Amino acid sequence: MPGLLDKRLVFITGKGGVGKSTVAVALGLAAARRGRRTMVAELQGQQRVSAALDGEAATFAETRVADGLYTISIDAHEAMREYLRLRAGPFADLLASSRMFSYFAAATPGMRELLQIGKVWELTQLDRRTKAADGYDLVVVDAPASGHGAGLLRTPRTFAELARVGPIAHQGRRIDEMIRDRTRTGIVAVALPEEMPVNETLALRAELRAELGHDLDLVVINAVMPRRFSAREATAIRGALDHAGSPAARAGLHAALSAHLRAGEQRAQVRRLARGLERRPVLLPFVFAPALDRAALETLSATLEAAL
Amino acid sequence: MSTVAELLEGKRVCICAGSGGVGKTTTSAAIAMGMAARGLRVVVVTIDPARRLANSLGLQTLGNEPRLVAPERFAAEGLEMKGELWAMMLDAKRTFDELIERLSPDERSRDEVLGNRIYQELSNAVAGSQEFTAIAKLYELDQEGDYDLLVLDTPPSRNALDFLDAPDRLTQFFEGRALQVFLRPTGFATRIVGAGTGVVFSVLKRVTGVDLLQDLSVFFRALGGMIDGFRERAEQVGRLLEDPGTTFLLVTSPEGEPIEEAIFFRRKLKAARMPFGGVIVNRVHRGVDHPDLAAVERELAGELGDKLAAKVAANLGDHQVLAERDAAGIARLEQELGERPLLEVPQFDGDVHDVEGLLRIHRYLFATAKRRREMLAELVS
Repeated sequence: MPGLLDKRLVFITGKGGVGKSTVAVALGLAAARRGRRTMVAELQGQQRVSAALDGEAATFAETRVADGLYTISIDAHEAMREYLRLRAGPFADLLASSRMFSYFAAATPGMRELLQIGKVWELTQLDRRTKAADGYDLVVVDAPASGHGAGLLRTPRTFAELARVGPIAHQGRRIDEMIRDRTRTGIVAVALPEEMPVNETLALRAELRAELGHDLDLVVINAVMPRRFSAREATAIRGALDHAGSPAARAGLHAALSAHLRAGEQRAQVRRLARGLERRPVLLPFVFAPALDRAALETLSATLEAAL
Repeated sequence: MSTVAELLEGKRVCICAGSGGVGKTTTSAAIAMGMAARGLRVVVVTIDPARRLANSLGLQTLGNEPRLVAPERFAAEGLEMKGELWAMMLDAKRTFDELIERLSPDERSRDEVLGNRIYQELSNAVAGSQEFTAIAKLYELDQEGDYDLLVLDTPPSRNALDFLDAPDRLTQFFEGRALQVFLRPTGFATRIVGAGTGVVFSVLKRVTGVDLLQDLSVFFRALGGMIDGFRERAEQVGRLLEDPGTTFLLVTSPEGEPIEEAIFFRRKLKAARMPFGGVIVNRVHRGVDHPDLAAVERELAGELGDKLAAKVAANLGDHQVLAERDAAGIARLEQELGERPLLEVPQFDGDVHDVEGLLRIHRYLFATAKRRREMLAELVS
């Protein structure tokens, strides 16, 4: 089985607010360092990838953001126009501008997801059907919040089954084959060391195994607080709070106790997740900074790469 | 005007909105609990609560109907329930099914939709359906009038705005003309004037496949009879969102992205003239003004030893980074809010997933502004 960065397509999934984009960029940077031409694709137009790398806002155009690293924001409508240009030739513009067709695309449940994942698949092809576009060795997808994440991965098969014959069925089957092929496609789950994200990661794994026959290739726990104090030290700190002290010293003692308790709670959640997964997740440290800068991203990326 | 009880004075509906991972579910539960303790009959409608929180409220079963939370659960923690707290976990798929049942003109079209494979496999994927079902349920509960106050914990969408647009998007989805096209695939060339239409349909067949189009037209035809019902329901739901008896409370954490989203949401509420109550900022780190870390280390070295004192000082330095980030986020939010209140809840040392945790949040939410400031200051002194 090829390692994660040697696959062709990697989905980054997880609950909202756990740092999926950070992990997507960190993995992308790691792959690019290894000399793989890498694309990090966003599906929700939130521009997190380009923002993290101080780039211009990502668009449907493939944009270089670092050495060997590219980004794109996949808008369903743009993906539809492109698909039509390739499929319907001279009628594409007629179709794309037809109200009937935009109703069709807007009203058909799951069509948006199908169009987006179709574009993701197109990006993974070495022989790109989009004219004048180069291929990528690896495409990393910053997927929507899980729940929707597993749904997204299922969409191609659902459409293939519904349509049975015809171009959508054909295309849906090809994409589905690729997603199910663990040598080509990897799925990464991102969590925080907290109750809800841990529950959701375990639920996502069960769902993926049942419905796609696909286990998680990697689980990353983001923003893990350092364990700074031993139990004995915590007792000493608590004792020191009994005496008066300067406000700053007292604030320091409170902060230390709080850090100790939180680190303990977090470790308990990490252990719970490890038990549920039957293996150890990769831990990324909490970054004490107002926002993640490029240097912090490179550090996280190196930590992640070392753990692979 | 600063306690949640004052913000909710005379309100029937409280919608807690905000981006994912900011503690919306626990905040909603704490608000509902506090109002029930003050004598109201309150129902909290929640989506996918943490298992421990659900258990502590006695919600282990998905019923899609409100259940009374036993008052003993709170009495054991020292909170007397003068009113009643009801809670329900929303099952979006089931709510949608129920809506289809209610809006179907006859049994045949009801069975046709519920039994359609496209509906079954993809009804969860309909844009905004989870958001829509949440407010549709809220509307039903409001109509039934069994409660003094409804508290809604909005779905964990990545973009909190999806929630406001949900009724509109669903109306568009069921908008007559979109469906008309599919209702009569054979007849629409004659129905729609314009030379290009026949070509459009044949190209559409070519790019999608005939079977898919046929399945879709069966699906859309079955839904066709419900268009008016859906449109009407979406309008009623939209009116409920604007009702003066409704209020939105924004829930956020003090980090950059959630703050920006809260600001965006606030502007959107203003533009849509929807009632806005205030902001609750969870997980705030409190610090002290510009501490001298070297002095802290020296002061503590006598009692803790050099090594531990140095670690405590270094930890305080890291803590201050977060405290200053949080203070900057809150200042930015306050600037945007004008007169509307902002309620701070501190970062607790553990996850909040039991009745005791709800009580801790509740103490801050239902305190006066003055008392809340004192409580926050006590945390670091």
